[in-house]
Amino acid sequence: MKFNLKIWRQKNAQSTGKMVDYAIDNIDADMSFLEMMDILNEQLINKGDEPIAYDHDCREGICGMCSMHINGRPHGPMHGTTTCQLYMRNFTDGETIYIEPFRANAFPVIRDLVVDRGAFDRIIQAGGFVSVNTGQVQDANNIPVNKADADLAMDAAACIGCGACVAACKNSSASLFVSAKVSQLALLPQGQIEAKERVLAMVNQMDEEGFGSCTNTGACEAECPKEISISNIARMNREYYKATLL
Amino acid sequence: MAVLDSKIPDGPLETKWSNYKSHVKLVNPANKRKLEIIIVGSGLAGSSAAASLAELGYKVKVFCYQDSPRRAHSIAAQGGINAAKNYKNDGDSVFRLFYDTVKGGDFRSREANVYRLAEVSANIIDQCVAQGVPFAREYGGLLDNRSFGGAQVSRTFYARGQTGQQLLLGAYSALSRQIGLGNVTMYNRHEMIEVVTIDGKARGIIARNLVTGKLERHFGHAVVLATGGYGNVFFLSTNAMGCNVTAAWKAHKKGAFFANPCYTQIHPTCVPVSGDYQSKLTLMSESLRNDGRVWVPKKQGDKRAPKDIPEDERDYYLERKYPSFGNLSPRDISSRAAKEVCDEGRGVGKSGLAVYLDFADAIKRLGKEVVEARYGNLFDMYKHITNENPYEVPMRIYPAVHYTMGGLWVDYNLMTTLPGLYALGECNFSDHGANRLGASALMQGLADGYFVLPYTIGDYLSGEIFTKPIPTDHPAFLESEKAAKDRIEKLLAVKGNKTVDDFHKELGKIMWEYCGMSRNAEGLKKAKQLIKQLRAEFWKNVRVTGGNDEFNVDLEKAGRVADFMELGELMVDDALQRNESCGAHFRVEYQEEGEAKRNDAEYAYVSAWEHTAVDSESILHKEPLVFENVHFATRSYK
Repeated sequence: MKFNLKIWRQKNAQSTGKMVDYAIDNIDADMSFLEMMDILNEQLINKGDEPIAYDHDCREGICGMCSMHINGRPHGPMHGTTTCQLYMRNFTDGETIYIEPFRANAFPVIRDLVVDRGAFDRIIQAGGFVSVNTGQVQDANNIPVNKADADLAMDAAACIGCGACVAACKNSSASLFVSAKVSQLALLPQGQIEAKERVLAMVNQMDEEGFGSCTNTGACEAECPKEISISNIARMNREYYKATLL
Repeated sequence: MAVLDSKIPDGPLETKWSNYKSHVKLVNPANKRKLEIIIVGSGLAGSSAAASLAELGYKVKVFCYQDSPRRAHSIAAQGGINAAKNYKNDGDSVFRLFYDTVKGGDFRSREANVYRLAEVSANIIDQCVAQGVPFAREYGGLLDNRSFGGAQVSRTFYARGQTGQQLLLGAYSALSRQIGLGNVTMYNRHEMIEVVTIDGKARGIIARNLVTGKLERHFGHAVVLATGGYGNVFFLSTNAMGCNVTAAWKAHKKGAFFANPCYTQIHPTCVPVSGDYQSKLTLMSESLRNDGRVWVPKKQGDKRAPKDIPEDERDYYLERKYPSFGNLSPRDISSRAAKEVCDEGRGVGKSGLAVYLDFADAIKRLGKEVVEARYGNLFDMYKHITNENPYEVPMRIYPAVHYTMGGLWVDYNLMTTLPGLYALGECNFSDHGANRLGASALMQGLADGYFVLPYTIGDYLSGEIFTKPIPTDHPAFLESEKAAKDRIEKLLAVKGNKTVDDFHKELGKIMWEYCGMSRNAEGLKKAKQLIKQLRAEFWKNVRVTGGNDEFNVDLEKAGRVADFMELGELMVDDALQRNESCGAHFRVEYQEEGEAKRNDAEYAYVSAWEHTAVDSESILHKEPLVFENVHFATRSYK
């Protein structure tokens, strides 16, 4: 297979970037998208050019490190799939592929396709935890959890923190990410004690970081590689109102 | 052998740890505030240690190369975590978990460490549940367990197929809380590239800020490495792309002995390589072997589609060779058996380097719905990668490098031979012997971080309360920084014709061919020469683009591959000196009726290597393994 690639190149956070054209040939349909990028980078290095920087690590769709806007969609054309789990058979021979970094004010570009998602860490640091020190706990089975709630909590906990929800949203809202953590802990008895402080602190930090508001377009849910449900946002709002009104 | 003091406490096995805890020296809270600890790596071991130490009041700095501590490769573990809770009332106990781990490790691990691991395993589950880790539950609301990796009891806790992810996010949340409270300073996108030693003690690190390229000097009263395993020495493995040995290797070169480097676990059920462009391998959960049947054609080079090969022309080789365990034979045995049939020319798929894992019988027996309920997500994953439907066509699988049991040598306190330098999790060698059991890696990472190091580090730091923080303009810091800088400049100055990946792939091929699933003296000697040549060529002909003062992925990789090449040689040395077959280390010269032959009389020791100089031979030290509570037994799965 062969492809025309239009890729965002930007030397560092201070410089302005631009789209650059690359042509690539002899690509196997069973190759992963990132392996195609590896080959392009090897070709660039052999020509004496600097390779394209992009984030990636586990290549199993679980670490959340890979990002990229591919043909206008975070993580590319396949539903429920991270960039690292895309294969070239998911594209058409001869196609032009547009590859850009995630776009959001709260995710500044570091280089080429690499962005800074530190805002997500700071939101978790603000309250995405249960305050329990090592050792000061009871036997695990002393905290029974209704199975349906445990399953729902697990659904929310599956979030990999990649930021696709923000990149997909026209408002660059982080509501899906924040609500997934708020929901996981709100659904479990362990999270009840601090429920009020948690949701207030996390939502406040989300606003501080410059993410936009949620207007219920549902783009986040549609693009989430882990198919996190938008109903978590409703649960977060409920928790937030409970915390502010009750 | 006096250099290796394992510091195992006296007394009966069952009370060693509790006695130790009651008598270990403590640091008072006012002094803890003055003591600084550096932790490198933010996986299960690193994050859990950082959170626990910060809760105790120490000043902690954590470094990781990823953009967030939540990305560490612990996140990819699927299956589960073992704990001797005996919630299933099926006869599990601390002793059984201890015994299974020692036996599974083929009697090459240290009794006291393993017993402590089994002892604290139950606390880990309590801790994680309190943090809100969503483990699988039964309808009554209590925790569910399953049997894993052929264990006779159900002691494995799990969170769907994402147990590693959920445990890591639990530890990450505890770490995040401490960062928010100001007790931990987090350094993302930083890579440790030197250990700083002063008067024979580890006193800090040099880290490279991966965004700006700036070298930074950081002081610590103690330095803790939780930097994972070195499977990527093989180029292809199930590790994340960034996993590397650099931190451990730099520590090794500064005096920390490296133990059992040749013990590498090869996991039998991975998606096979599809072409030269392959960048990493994906593990398929071992649970598939509960219902799948492994086979290859009886005839060499049989290229017929699997459905066209009649039953009597198929060789269900695991069922044939190991009738009592069959398709559930342990990882090392299953992996070697797959290699054997492929070496005989009976492998399947385009490359001939794969065997079938067939669910046709299971679907006939149980129905498609049941198979789908059990393995649906794994089948989807397989189809996603290979574009083949495992409900209709047998899966193709092949072994892949997965975990390294070897690592930095540590004593009972988890301290290396370099005073003040600790190693936790996969980065150390201590608990798994020559072969690790399924669902035990997560257990060890969290045991070390939550429950072992917070006690044992006090023993050392209680002696450091009068040590004022050493300014980082101390000559030792400047010297280490200069060494790091010189090396980077040297890499950039070569300006040769081959890429870093070219060298990494070649190294991987040598390691896989001669120091992989089966080894022999002749091959290992050859590998040693080949690696030496490759290393010499690397420093003459590698091309590293860009500069030091920028975000430079090519430079990062180059530094890691340079260290892998030195490690590779040590792995070969270690495999060559161990004239026996044990666990994951299979020397073809040492077998009996086709099965691995251990030599307890001569090789029941830990090999701990002391670095001398690059291009000089390392010195082998031996820590004898004494078994007082279990008896040597031969593993038999026939």
